[in-house]
Amino acid sequence: MAVAERTIGTSPPRKEDPELITGQARYTDDLTMPGMLHMVVVRSPFAHARIKGVDASKALAMDGVVAVYTGADLAADWAGPLLMAWAVSEDLKNPPHWPLTKDEARHQGDGVAVVLATSRAAAKDAAEAVEVDYEPLPVVVDMEAALADGAPLVHEDQGTNKAYTWSLKNGDVDAVFAAAPVVVKERYVIQRAIPTAIETRAVIADPSPAMGEYTLWSATQIPHIVRVAMVVATGIPESKLRVIAPRVGGGFGSKLQVYAEEALCLLVAKKLGRPVKWVEERSENYLATHHGRDQIQVAELAADEQGKIRGFRFNIMVNMGAYLMIITPGTPLLGAFVYCGCYGGDAYEVNFTGVFTNTTPTDAYRGAGRPEATYAIERIIEALARKVGKDPVEIRRLNFLPAFTEPTPMPGGLSIDSGNYDATLDQALELAGYDQLRKEQQVRRERGDTKQIGIGLSTYLEMCGLAPSRVLKALNYAAGGWDAATIRLSPTGKVQVIAGTSPHGQGHATTFAQIVADDLGIPFDDIEVITGDTTLAPLGMDTYGSRSIAIGGVAVHRAAMKIVEKTRRIAAHELEVSDEDLDYASGTFSVKGAPDRAKTVPGLAWSAWTAHDLPDGMEPGLEETAVYDAANFVFPYGAHICAVEVDTETGQVDILKYVAVDDVGVVINPQIVDGQVAGGVIQGIAEALFEEAVYSDDGQLLTASLTNYEVPAASDVPSIVIGRGPELPSTTNELGVKGVGETGTIASPPAVINAVIDALSHLGVTDVPRPASPENVWRTIRSTRGGDGR
Amino acid sequence: MRQISVTVNGTRREADVEPRQLLVYFLRETLGLTGTNVGCDTSTCGSCTVLLDGQSVKSCTMLAVQADGHEVTTIEAMATNGELHPIQRAFHEHHGLQCGYCTPGMIMAADSLIREAAGPLSEAEVRIGLEGNLCRCTGYQNIVQAVMAASQEMQGGVKARAGKGGGS
Ligand code: FES
Ligand code: FES
Repeated sequence: MAVAERTIGTSPPRKEDPELITGQARYTDDLTMPGMLHMVVVRSPFAHARIKGVDASKALAMDGVVAVYTGADLAADWAGPLLMAWAVSEDLKNPPHWPLTKDEARHQGDGVAVVLATSRAAAKDAAEAVEVDYEPLPVVVDMEAALADGAPLVHEDQGTNKAYTWSLKNGDVDAVFAAAPVVVKERYVIQRAIPTAIETRAVIADPSPAMGEYTLWSATQIPHIVRVAMVVATGIPESKLRVIAPRVGGGFGSKLQVYAEEALCLLVAKKLGRPVKWVEERSENYLATHHGRDQIQVAELAADEQGKIRGFRFNIMVNMGAYLMIITPGTPLLGAFVYCGCYGGDAYEVNFTGVFTNTTPTDAYRGAGRPEATYAIERIIEALARKVGKDPVEIRRLNFLPAFTEPTPMPGGLSIDSGNYDATLDQALELAGYDQLRKEQQVRRERGDTKQIGIGLSTYLEMCGLAPSRVLKALNYAAGGWDAATIRLSPTGKVQVIAGTSPHGQGHATTFAQIVADDLGIPFDDIEVITGDTTLAPLGMDTYGSRSIAIGGVAVHRAAMKIVEKTRRIAAHELEVSDEDLDYASGTFSVKGAPDRAKTVPGLAWSAWTAHDLPDGMEPGLEETAVYDAANFVFPYGAHICAVEVDTETGQVDILKYVAVDDVGVVINPQIVDGQVAGGVIQGIAEALFEEAVYSDDGQLLTASLTNYEVPAASDVPSIVIGRGPELPSTTNELGVKGVGETGTIASPPAVINAVIDALSHLGVTDVPRPASPENVWRTIRSTRGGDGR
Repeated sequence: MRQISVTVNGTRREADVEPRQLLVYFLRETLGLTGTNVGCDTSTCGSCTVLLDGQSVKSCTMLAVQADGHEVTTIEAMATNGELHPIQRAFHEHHGLQCGYCTPGMIMAADSLIREAAGPLSEAEVRIGLEGNLCRCTGYQNIVQAVMAASQEMQGGVKARAGKGGGS
């Protein structure tokens, strides 16, 4: 019998695409319900203000306006505040976060009231007519200022702006630092970033009043978690609430959230008995959707005279914004274990201090904690190289953990699944033409060119596949980290895969279908994947933290293996042999030594359905569910090299070449993986060169539109060169897969910034602020040369 | 309210519209053509790109009344008789989309760019030609590849300009 060709490792064009390229896909804003009302949120223009009164009379008198509710109006209706799921420490301050604030606005854009009207335009006009009496209060936006004595308090009743402290310590760090002949210490500022998915958020709540049932459509990454959180906020029981994430236009962490507008639409739909829709405007998105990053880092390494690292110490301040959202305090912790990068050392310490400010809350943004960790270690290791007089390549090779294919401990305290750091670096150096670049750099230096070349490296360790539930418990996270899949065969051998992850561009339908096609020997085209619906796919933990293949994909594989086990018993029964007498390959069971006597999975699906002759005691039908909880994380790694040209007169930075070598274990669909790498790298380059959320001292977001917040266009960025390294299978799971969604964003910012610094090192430059915009670079050059930087 | 008559995807559509209604909402809400997306309120993202008399425009920068008497083409009309347009096919084959939200606008902008060019487009020409359309997912790499491939197919007969814009 012909063996089906393996699809893993090939790139069939995506199953998702046909509706997306023809305009037939339905995102949340494309949906309309009968009798639907439109909701607009009235938002505070002040970063901090007492709400003394709200007068909605003018708004209520306008055409089409059905209702206006303030925070006070709804106060008695809530069952609880918005969910904060990660109480990282005992000292955590967690002031309740209500969907509409009742007393005080604590950041620009904080929701004060909602207007419901029969059209979007009417709701907008009426929102402008709602009169709110604000009493402005003192504002604090800077973290260091927020921790100073006498600072204005974001939450008066908490008595402090310090949200929490959290530490991780391995080994005798102080002794190692005291004894070390070489210590380097630097301070880095990771600017605030705004995720900016091109689809803004959108929500529709559709009630069935007579049944007490609700359907919530939301442009979310996490329908399952939203459902639980809505129970907490609204008291609607889970059994009566279906949450659907239809097509979702990108997330990058910004839709890994439980938002006020989800709870508001549901509650208002419940009160009015009508469907309610809310669609976020872009400038509103900048204020009302969470931001990311925003850290001040003090990085230290202790080393010997050669530059061999002995100890790591990082003290980090993290801007929480005005409220703790679902994982605001925990986001930095996701990077806490990889501040060592892929280097060895005896002692390790990471301390976080979370700080409240009158700014939009921060939370997960693509990479969530690991880009910050990677930035700190990949910058400070170059400082160490400069200190001991080594080349950036040499210092890394000296400190790499040796290659391994079995779980190996690292200074951060976890055990890494597999890695060969020299191998990815070797490939990156070759693809970049490193020696040639260095020669070119030398030539330009000697000629004293205006445009200088710099070469930056980033050899990173990523930790993803969130997450082993026991580890999450140890870190005090409220939920688990498993995921689930059900595989259902129809009588004619077609397949539905029902998965608990919830994609928004990653290509799960394609990738999961490839896994099942190979496991069951069923054609790729005969497999459909269903996701993003808590009724159709009730078991799931959704999509974030590069978990979908490493957790969800493994669950799919395990469910397929259960199908194999059941069909094996049916095949053995029909062929009148014992289970052990059967060989199995790609969907075909054949009798050992008599390969002509065979049964295929699709045929056995028919047998399972007719149930005419099943083994005694076997239930009819062919449907299996697997829930997978990983024993460990997965650890992608790699080497990125960026070559830039910096104009020393204008500060303009141009990328000449960008090489990304990422070992993400076994690759299911190379084209999709390359797409994730390219997208992630460009998003990281954007942080390094263009993007920055800027607040004025009085808490006004100055970059609150797509014209001020510089998301790069195609003409601003290069094509990148992609390599895969040795593709060592992960030892954490049987597919050998690691995650790939975030590697690019994690690895690229330090590669770019190191390159810019390298281009200017002959001028004595050792630091450049992020983003390395022409202005920031020019000022750096001026101030290093002794000018006044103006 | 003002009465307008617009030929949309080959069909004459008459409607009463509010003078302040943007073309994009006329398409999406009045005509139910939701393939054209909205990604911003500053005419920056290009998600709403359609063709007006064959040339790409951002439909959020125009009022519906300004389209009176003109021809509008949206993403819904790019495939004909179930056959994908070469640009659609190229996006599919080159993985030029992830979440797909920017895709209709990208495809419409690419169509006008390719047709207005004298021959197959180079990488630099595609990157500059699409600078009014933002994508947050793909890093543009595969979009550029897709548009170059489609341009080759659509304009390949016109004039081959050798050696430009190889890429991986
Ligand atoms: S919606 Fe962004 S440019 Fe039109
Ligand atoms: S594919 Fe998601 S914005 Fe372009």
